[in-house]
Amino acid sequence: MAARSLLFEDTMLDIKNLHVKLEEEDKVILKGVNLKLEPGKVHAIMGPNGSGKSTLSYVLSGRDGYEVTEGSATLDGEELLDMEPEERASAGLFLAFQYPVEIPGVGNMTFLRTAVNAQRKARGEDEMSAAEFLKVIRAKAKTLKIDADMLKRPVNVGFSGGEKKRNEILQMAMLEPKMCILDETDSGLDVDAMKLVSEGVNALRDEGRSFLVITHYQRLLDHIKPDVVHIMADGRIIKTGGPDLALEVENNGYADILAEDA
Amino acid sequence: MALPQVKQDATGARIASLDLPSGAAWAAESRSEALTRVETMGLPHRRDEYWRYTTPDSLVQVDAPSAAIFESDETPLYHAIDRVKLVFVDGVFSPEMSDDPALGGVEIDMLSDAMATDIHWAKDLYGVLETRGQTPVDRPFAALNTAFASQGVVIRATGKAEKPVNLIYLHKSESSDEILHHVIKVEAGADLTVLENGPAAARCNKCMEVDVADGGAFHHVRSQGRDHERRAVTHIFARLGEESTFKSFTLTVNGVLTRNEVVMELTGDNATAHVAGACLGDGAFLHDDTVFVTHEGEACESRQVFKKVLRNGATGVFQGKILVKQGAQKTDGYQISQSLLLDDDSQFLAKPELEIYADDVVCSHGSTSGAIDEEGLFYLRSRGVPIGEATDLMVLAFLAEAIEEIEDEAIAEDITERLITWLARRR
Repeated sequence: MAARSLLFEDTMLDIKNLHVKLEEEDKVILKGVNLKLEPGKVHAIMGPNGSGKSTLSYVLSGRDGYEVTEGSATLDGEELLDMEPEERASAGLFLAFQYPVEIPGVGNMTFLRTAVNAQRKARGEDEMSAAEFLKVIRAKAKTLKIDADMLKRPVNVGFSGGEKKRNEILQMAMLEPKMCILDETDSGLDVDAMKLVSEGVNALRDEGRSFLVITHYQRLLDHIKPDVVHIMADGRIIKTGGPDLALEVENNGYADILAEDA
Repeated sequence: MALPQVKQDATGARIASLDLPSGAAWAAESRSEALTRVETMGLPHRRDEYWRYTTPDSLVQVDAPSAAIFESDETPLYHAIDRVKLVFVDGVFSPEMSDDPALGGVEIDMLSDAMATDIHWAKDLYGVLETRGQTPVDRPFAALNTAFASQGVVIRATGKAEKPVNLIYLHKSESSDEILHHVIKVEAGADLTVLENGPAAARCNKCMEVDVADGGAFHHVRSQGRDHERRAVTHIFARLGEESTFKSFTLTVNGVLTRNEVVMELTGDNATAHVAGACLGDGAFLHDDTVFVTHEGEACESRQVFKKVLRNGATGVFQGKILVKQGAQKTDGYQISQSLLLDDDSQFLAKPELEIYADDVVCSHGSTSGAIDEEGLFYLRSRGVPIGEATDLMVLAFLAEAIEEIEDEAIAEDITERLITWLARRR
C-alpha cells in the first residue's frame, strides 16, 4: 500500500450528510447518511429491506440513476462523488457486487488484466506483464479454489452463485483496493461457500485496507468479524455499536431498534 | 413479362459497359445463359421488394463510384496461420504476390484457365448453383457476375486440405470495379478451409459457388476490409450433400454499402449449415445480410447468427429465411439477428421469415435491437476499466455468439484481435 497521508486524520471513508434520490423519480432513498471509517477497520451495515444499504454502495461506486442532492463522500480525503466510476476504482474503491454481471465473449483473465493495467496506468504505474500477471493470478486463484478453467471462461458466464462471489473476491485480491464494499456478498451462498469467501476476505485484511460489509444476516459477521456495526433504516444510520449489535438484531429483529429511533 | 422501362435501360447500360470474356464452348454457353437471365430479370431497382431496405442504384450504375484507399499499417489478417495465399489486386490475380498454388489434397486453377479448358470439372458447377439459387427469388447481380466474371479461382478438394487457402483482395485503384467468381468443390469426405480478406475494390461483385459432397466439410472465414467508401455485393451459393458441413463467418467493417447474400441448400440428410456475421458500422454505412436456407434433406441443422454494431447513423439490414420443404422432417433451424445501436441515429431493419411444409421440425428465430448493456458497462468501469475500453469489451461481448461460430481457435482469436484494434481506433 502507498504511504498514507496524515493530513486527513486517518479517515479512510468519510460520508457526510449524504442525501440521494432516484434520478428518474422523486423518490428519496438516502436521507442524510453519516459514516466515518478508519483504515484497517471493518464496519458492517445491517438493516431491513429497502433501507438504502445497496443504494449507498452504488452511489459510492458511481452507478448511474442516482442524484446526490446534498452531502459528500471522501476516500482518503478525495471527493468520490466528483469522480467517474473508473476513477473511483483507480483511487482504491472496490465494490463486490450482490449480483455480479455476466459478460460473454470476454475471458475472465483478459478482463482482470485489462482492469489491473487500466488502474495502474491511471495511477501512473507500469503495466503488469502477461507473465507476471499470470503468476500472481494463479497463486491468488488457488487460495480461492478457482481453477484454470474458471479463469479462462467468459466473465461470470455459467458460473454458479458461489463461483460468482469467489470471482468477486479474486478481483478484489488482484486489484488490491484500499476501500472494499461488500454488498450482500453472503446472498446465495451455502455454508461452505460463505466460509471460503470469508477466508478470502479475511486474507485481505490489512492495516491499510478498510471494509464496509453490507448484509442482512449476522452469520456472515461470524466469519468476517466487524469492528463496528451500523443499523440503517429509512435512508439513515439510526444506531451504531460494537459487534454485539449484530447479535441483538439476529435475536430480536429490527423492531426494537426501529421503535427506539421513532 | 416485359421489364419496366427504367429497369430495362439501367440493365442494358450496365451490360453494354461490360465485355463477355472468351472461353471454351461450355463456358460461352454458361455465360450466355447467365446473360439471358440478367436481361430477363433486370438488375435490381429500389422498388423491388427484395431491395426494399438497401438501395441498389450505386451497384447498378455503369461506373463504380470512386472509393478512397485506406492506407493500412496493420499486420495482415491470418498472418500467423500457415496458409496458401492467392492475391487479387483490384480484382486481378497477381501471380507475383501469390504463393505457389500447389497444396496437398487440393487442386487450384484460375477461373480463366478452367473456362478455357474443354473438359473441366467446374463445368458442372459454374453458374449451376447460382441458377438454382434464382428460385424463388431473383438475384440478378449473381447472374451478371456469372455472365461477365473473368477472374476468380476454382478449387477442388479431394482429401483433407493440408492448410487453408487464403484469398486476399487488395484495393489499389480508387475507381476499380471488380467481378470475381469462385467455384469450390469439396469431394466426398474432403475437408477445406477458405479464408478471404481485404476491401477488394471500389466496387466489387463477388460470387462463390460451393458444392459440398456427402461427408465433406467446408469452412469459410471472411473479412471485408475497412475502406470507408467501398461497395460490395456478394453471393455465396452452397449445396450440401448427406452428412456434410458448411460453416461460413463474415466480419464486415466500414464500406458505404455491403450486401452479402447467402443461399444454402441442404439436399442430403443430416447436413449442417451455419452462416454467421459480425459487423461494425459507423456513419455512412449500410450492411445487408440476406440469407435463404432451404431444407430438403431430413434431420439437417441450419444456423444463422448475425450481429451488427451500429453508430453515428449507420444502417443494418437482415433478411433471413428458412424454407423447410415437405419431407424435410427432423429439421433443426435456428436464426438470430441482433443489433447493438450505440446511438439514436442508427437503425436496424430485420425481416426474419420461416416457411415450413414439414410437420416434425424445430425452427426458431429471434431478432432484437438494443442499446449497450448498462449493467455490464458499469461492472467493467467499477473495476477501473475506462469507459471507452469498457464499451469495446461490451461490443465484443455482444458479438461473441457470432464469433464463436468460427471453429478454428487460432482464426477466431485473429478475428477477435482485429476487432479489438478496429474498435480502439474508432474510439
